Amino acid sequence: MSSLQMPKVDEVVMSKKDKIVSDIKEIINSKNVLHHLDELRPFETDALTAYRKMPLVVVMPETVDEVSKILKYCNENKVKVVPRGAGTGLSGGSLPLEDCVLMAMGKFNKITEIDYENRCVVTQPCVTNLAITHAVQDKGFYYAPDPSSQIACSIGGNVAENSGGVHSLKYGATTNNLLGIEVVLMDGTITRFGGKAMDAEGYDFLGLMTGSEGLLGVITEVTVKILKSPEVVKAALIGFPTIEDAGNCVAEIIAKGCIPAGCEIMDKALTKATNDYSKAGYPTDAEAIMIIEFDGTEHEVESYIQKVKEIAEKNNSSSYKENKTKEERLKFWAGRKAAFPACGVLAPDYMCMDGSIPRGKLAEVLNEITRLSKKYNLPVANAFHAGDGNLHPLIMFDANDKESLRKCEEFGADILKYCVKVGGALTGEHGVGIEKRELMCEAFNDKDIQQQLTIKVALDPNSLLNPGKVYPILRKCAEEGRVHVHGGKTKFPDIPRF
Amino acid sequence: MSMEEKQNSQTSQDFNQNIFKPTSREEIVEIVKTCYRKNIPLEINGLKSKNKIGRNFQSEKTLDLSNYKGIIDYKPEELYIKVKAGTPLKEIIEELNKNNQQLAFEPNDFGYLFSGESKSGSMGGVVSCNFAGSRRFKVGSVRDHILGFQGINGKGETIKSGGTVVKNVTGYDLSKLVSGSFGTLMILTELSIKVLPKPETSKTLIIKNPHLKKALNFLGKALSSSTDPSGGVFYPDYFGKDFVLNDLSHDGGLTAIRIEGPTNSVDQRLNRLSKELDLLDQELSILDNEQSNIFWSRTKNLEVFKKLEINLLRIVLPISETLQVIQKLKSYDIKYFIDWGGNLIWAAFETLNAKILNDIKDTVKKHQGYITLIKVEEDLKASADIFTIDPIKYKISEKIKRSFDPKRIFNPGKMYTGI
Repeated sequence: MSSLQMPKVDEVVMSKKDKIVSDIKEIINSKNVLHHLDELRPFETDALTAYRKMPLVVVMPETVDEVSKILKYCNENKVKVVPRGAGTGLSGGSLPLEDCVLMAMGKFNKITEIDYENRCVVTQPCVTNLAITHAVQDKGFYYAPDPSSQIACSIGGNVAENSGGVHSLKYGATTNNLLGIEVVLMDGTITRFGGKAMDAEGYDFLGLMTGSEGLLGVITEVTVKILKSPEVVKAALIGFPTIEDAGNCVAEIIAKGCIPAGCEIMDKALTKATNDYSKAGYPTDAEAIMIIEFDGTEHEVESYIQKVKEIAEKNNSSSYKENKTKEERLKFWAGRKAAFPACGVLAPDYMCMDGSIPRGKLAEVLNEITRLSKKYNLPVANAFHAGDGNLHPLIMFDANDKESLRKCEEFGADILKYCVKVGGALTGEHGVGIEKRELMCEAFNDKDIQQQLTIKVALDPNSLLNPGKVYPILRKCAEEGRVHVHGGKTKFPDIPRF
Repeated sequence: MSMEEKQNSQTSQDFNQNIFKPTSREEIVEIVKTCYRKNIPLEINGLKSKNKIGRNFQSEKTLDLSNYKGIIDYKPEELYIKVKAGTPLKEIIEELNKNNQQLAFEPNDFGYLFSGESKSGSMGGVVSCNFAGSRRFKVGSVRDHILGFQGINGKGETIKSGGTVVKNVTGYDLSKLVSGSFGTLMILTELSIKVLPKPETSKTLIIKNPHLKKALNFLGKALSSSTDPSGGVFYPDYFGKDFVLNDLSHDGGLTAIRIEGPTNSVDQRLNRLSKELDLLDQELSILDNEQSNIFWSRTKNLEVFKKLEINLLRIVLPISETLQVIQKLKSYDIKYFIDWGGNLIWAAFETLNAKILNDIKDTVKKHQGYITLIKVEEDLKASADIFTIDPIKYKISEKIKRSFDPKRIFNPGKMYTGI
């Protein structure tokens, strides 16, 4: 897995390390420049821990002006820069390059302004996603996008990846909840896209930057909208005799106009693992279980839950349970949140995939995954953000067995290719990064990719900002790795993963 | 197909005509490739419902996409519709109605403003202009509903981005970039649009109130409440008589707040909202589903400005600034109404010249907002900036324009001089 090709190392830059370090120390406080091997170690990877590389130097700017000066310096001296937020990304977007300045934004960690009148929060980029909600919840507000790593991931990283979460179907991903950013381009230009007024005129650079995975600029400030917390939240736990029934049920619920706040499906393999691991109490006879949650006012939620019950019955549900207390609702979710660690117990390693498919293709794709599981002789368990078609198959393997690892990677690539084939996408929420880079040619042809690259070149002509990410260096569909977990250990084991 | 259309569709044989009306993507590609080779600027039109918005510019040829139309794929259960760019919005809405679905972003119908009657244009035009209606603050803008597209760049290459699924973070989000680009980056050919179920019921709380300050206070409170409104407008006194709906005997200024969803929940939320706003019975009236839909349709269609001869500006700003900006605007002879729960002012000026315009632009900029000139006299249009841009963004826009359309053949100068 470490054979992934990265941009050619610039030997001139490598040989000038001491000069680069001393030059940067002229720009920012020298204690914010790390260059000894032991200081660099914590930055060698993000949450795609299968890939590691020590950067040339780590810089931790404290002001926008410093970010601008460092980028300008690097641009003029042709030094590559890799931006990094909290380092929780699952696709290797912050993986350092040997000859890069790793720009760690950790010191941008303050909320700048809470503006209730305009229902928005202005914040520095390395404030965590959840900290925004914590800052406004005493007044009954919250920030809607909720990636499962929200206790640790940074809002700047969310913008770079266009992060989604369980509640994306109803409330959208980061891009739909963002009002403005301040950004520094590779040549040091500081600019703002959007702001407190909606839909800034001209080309939508805010939309372009969101999800651009750190290739177009470094985000130094973020303005997000906040919403009033719903009064009532209610969930139902429903069992189905077949995956098809569960899939049909979701499709019908949504087609009938009930848009849930969250809707998850787990297959039998995952349900069993979760029950064994966390005593979740999920129905054991069901081939698939669904957790569906609605929020809003009392009558609204009751009305939707009632409809769901009827639709579930019509689709042969084998069990149905609504939560009576908040604790019970949280217990429904606790099992789901423990699903990934539960897989860690079943096999030495598992790989978490992230494909997106049309809801109606759920049964077809799961059948294909079952077929592939037999073909590769590797067990698989499936979790699914069913509401918006985001599939997370967990392939179990043994990384110490090279053949097992190779098969797992091939299996993973086959799943993603199939997602694209049925009209879906390579990645629903984890980003392309280095992980799915070589699969981009499954989703796009040369012309499509070339058009995207010309945008990159327009803003970063020397391709110095986070090079080697998202777009293939060589046009080959290599089957590279996914989120790889060894012995149940991820880099951040305490962060729930959905 | 008329004789003229037949001739026009045969572009591969004849490049001498001035207006092309292609029916296939291959024809569009061929036209663009020829224009690219010969450096010929192209004006790109859909159904021309909004083509008066934007700067005037010179073009040798016109590409009329009105014959490039049709619904390609509509999957109600997957919540998307895929159409050719020239498809009339009307046709799409009729199709969605059959499944009780809608385009949640409520695109404005500028037909009333420019020609006195409904003319909602094509889907390509709606995306190119990115003007969203009253639900904006709740559901996002047009661009938030574009799942993917296919288009042709300035070299004649067919490019796609996104797809038909909601969750997709594969590569740059070009759907956002082409939305609101007024046809200056690509010729859109196919669009995949997110559709949503229509709410079971829509009702509207009408507060009889002529005062702007009070109205903004109502709107601010409503939008910050858990009653989850999906529309919030204020019409001053002079527009009151345009909305004599339902049992409304009142014809003065009014604040309107829309609540949508399952019927029993709508009633509960309306009740709650009127209590939260401390409203007395005599101050309010409730529009039922049918009346509510008429009210919001008139609002999105800017019907109070029907056949407006005077100048209309669209001013977007944070709600905290709206009161101060209107107070300054009142030194001119204006008629206005407020949409987007207080974040959007539609203001018609009896007199507008370059000096007044610059003063207003300065004021709005100071208040963190921006102005778009929607309908202005030709003299002013020729001399003024229709869209606002700062030098840094201009420079970036220039680079982005070149990356899509290196020879500047698509709508050159439609948004900004040199772009």
